[in-house]
Amino acid sequence: MIDRKFIGHKMPQFSVAVEKGQLCFFAKATGQTDPVYIDESAAKTAGHRGLPVPPTFFFCLESASPDKDAFRDLLGLDYRKLLHGEQSFTYHEMAYAGDVLTFEQSVEDIYDKKNGLLEFVVRKTTVTNQLGTHVADLHSVTVSRNG
Amino acid sequence: MTEKLQRFDDIQVGDQIASLKLPPISRHTLALYCGASGDHNPIHVDSDFAKSAGMPDVFAHGMLSMAWLGRLLTNWVPQEAIRSFGVRFVSITQIHDQITCKAEVTEKFTVGHENRIRLALSTCDQQGQAKLSGDAVIALQ
Repeated sequence: MIDRKFIGHKMPQFSVAVEKGQLCFFAKATGQTDPVYIDESAAKTAGHRGLPVPPTFFFCLESASPDKDAFRDLLGLDYRKLLHGEQSFTYHEMAYAGDVLTFEQSVEDIYDKKNGLLEFVVRKTTVTNQLGTHVADLHSVTVSRNG
Repeated sequence: MTEKLQRFDDIQVGDQIASLKLPPISRHTLALYCGASGDHNPIHVDSDFAKSAGMPDVFAHGMLSMAWLGRLLTNWVPQEAIRSFGVRFVSITQIHDQITCKAEVTEKFTVGHENRIRLALSTCDQQGQAKLSGDAVIALQ
């Protein structure tokens, strides 16, 4: 069982620079052909100050944490048993290539179902940019199969 | 981006927005997503590893399908109109599955002075089996 004492635990914050090349690679990998996401001049014509971070890419930036395994190590999770159960985003401001985003993660909840066969970890992440503007919040539910 | 301008008054509950149909998922697609997303979990790209973890083969990243749903949304409205976007990963998206992303208007409401709609989102495979299920809230003029 995952120790419930970690509910409310805050991880050390970290910052990640958003790189244009990374966004173009993500566009290729997801079949994105909208020029706003691959051509800086098209993005600017559409009123953006650079290539936008697409809606789900905040999750990728979050996983670019310098200590990728911090969460699993803290909670003692075996990643062969993990499934991504839910993911959601709330957006407050757009983010762009060239921004430096700061991620603050915390354990919002830990609970189990089926007499502990399935355990759920709810993680909340707050994202701010280099100006201190609140950009987005992420909610992630990870499922550990203990069967 | 005038083609993305949707008007609140023109939208009705029950409206469906244009679906997005993807080509069958190849190992190459998964390798590209592995590199581009930073999700290097070998279960999505290394069939030996996947089998050792009890899976029949590699399978798609849930977040790849969510990215496709994101494309569905930004094909329809500018990204800055998206207020929230969430999914549940209902079942595993298998290699070679051919995924269709769909969205339907389920609610129209107002928060402060902002008109918003809620979309029910889903992805399903070639047999119509649900893979992701979720919703998004969009601000409209």
